Amino acid sequence: MAATLNIVVVEPDRDRALAIVDALRAEGDHDVLVLGDATGLARRIAARAPDLVLIDVADPSRDAVEDLAHASGPLDRPVALFVDRSPAGAALAAAEAGVAAYVAGGLDPARLAPVLEAAVARWTVARRLRGELAETRRALEERKVIDRAKGLLMKAKGLDEAEAYALLRRSAMDRGRRVAEVAAALVDAADLLS
Amino acid sequence: MLAVGYVPLTDAAPVLVAAAMGFDRQHGIVLRPRPAPSWSRLRDLLAGGAVDAAHALAPMVVAPALGLGGRTEPLEALAVLSRNGTVLGVPAGTGAAADPLDPGAARARVPDGARVGVPFPLSMQALLAERWLGRCALVTVPPARMAEAMGAGEIDAFHVGEPWGSVAVEAGVAELVLAGRAIWSDAPEKVLAAPAGWAEAEPDRAAALVRALHDAAEWLARPTSRAAACEIVARALDVPSEVIDRGLTGRLTLTPQGAQARVEGLMRLAGPAAGFPWRSQAAWIGDRLARRHGLDRAAARRAAAATFRTDLYRAHMAGRTPLPGASFLAEGGVDPGTAVPSDAGRLVLAGSRFFDGRIFEPL
Repeated sequence: MAATLNIVVVEPDRDRALAIVDALRAEGDHDVLVLGDATGLARRIAARAPDLVLIDVADPSRDAVEDLAHASGPLDRPVALFVDRSPAGAALAAAEAGVAAYVAGGLDPARLAPVLEAAVARWTVARRLRGELAETRRALEERKVIDRAKGLLMKAKGLDEAEAYALLRRSAMDRGRRVAEVAAALVDAADLLS
Repeated sequence: MLAVGYVPLTDAAPVLVAAAMGFDRQHGIVLRPRPAPSWSRLRDLLAGGAVDAAHALAPMVVAPALGLGGRTEPLEALAVLSRNGTVLGVPAGTGAAADPLDPGAARARVPDGARVGVPFPLSMQALLAERWLGRCALVTVPPARMAEAMGAGEIDAFHVGEPWGSVAVEAGVAELVLAGRAIWSDAPEKVLAAPAGWAEAEPDRAAALVRALHDAAEWLARPTSRAAACEIVARALDVPSEVIDRGLTGRLTLTPQGAQARVEGLMRLAGPAAGFPWRSQAAWIGDRLARRHGLDRAAARRAAAATFRTDLYRAHMAGRTPLPGASFLAEGGVDPGTAVPSDAGRLVLAGSRFFDGRIFEPL
């Protein structure tokens, strides 16, 4: 793990909280905030913007796992969720929310460092994939809008595909806008006309 | 491994997506989609046991219970996979584009006694065309051939599932005049069909399949899924993803000149009770088939209703989606937003209305 991290620990058990803080401090000069309960978790985490969140709960329901997962902002930072007992469906709910590590069977402070290191690595990879996914999705949507606009121009003006695209590109350049923006405007306007 | 038959159509999306996105494995099965070139071929695959279950036209499961349709092997519907999602088209250049949700304007575009291309005699397309037009001559044309048949002058109109209506517009031979949902807003278009008794003989696999297809449909309904969904379906059908997009989103191109229209709810895959196989809707299908073939209508309604396995759907989906308390509705008399009792409180329905406001009493 990097030298100095801003870490939030949610741990209701005071003795365990101290053991966790000791284990974390042994790894580096981390800035650790311990919360005794999860009340207002989303707000408190948003306010502190930590680099890492560690949550320990004994026996949550599936819905509680899902709520905790979302409240911890797992897309903005690595979140490790430890439970003593895992209800049916909770692991999937945590994974779908984006939790980087979901560990059933309790939290052992002595084994904390490797779990957190894996969580940070996994989150970094997942963030990159999410970025690629968003970019791919945007490209696909833009391509579809451009195809649709091209089709409209071909039909309305009797152009072939290459001419329709050239017209779109020229009018985008004239307006200092992107081809996809001009295409979207054209499709929207066609909606209005019919 | 579970072989599921389908005919290449946009509304096969739940089957294709369940396999492509791993919703099947999440429920412990491996779904293998198997395309069939026509509905008669699909029916033979299903009745002959070459596939375990299929994405099928709702009337295909009702017909054997009435002794119709050539094959006698009884089938049943475990869930509704899609509602509506069909379009009616006429030859291009025969009139001006109008609102595709206005049955009156569209009626003027279809001549009396028109030859209407439908994908199969036992289809919602056929039953809804008859219900709307009264007298017409149904001509069976496999969905993917609809553009060709219109181009060759074999038909005066068609009623077909997307993307094949939009493909005919792209080919320059047709223009779309009506969305099927304007005839009946809640028509059960495709069902998950299985040989009678299969779901009870293999309860775990049947439950997993129904749940996987439900999850796939919920995923499909999310706006963030649209791009990937279009690509998955486009690849399976070999149709451009922009054309697939039209059926999934209701953003139609009506004419070869490019007139645009947005049709809310053109195809409904998910949402309140979307998958629930209302017995009243099977009864409507039975009633229409009985009229066409001169059978006893009351008996046909009862036999038809039993093929929609509301009981199995409740068992498979308990706790996963709100389930209505009743299995019958007064079809045609349900306004959008009507609330009915369910196992999870009140369930707000999308509505069930016919173009002429008539109400079908199922019993």
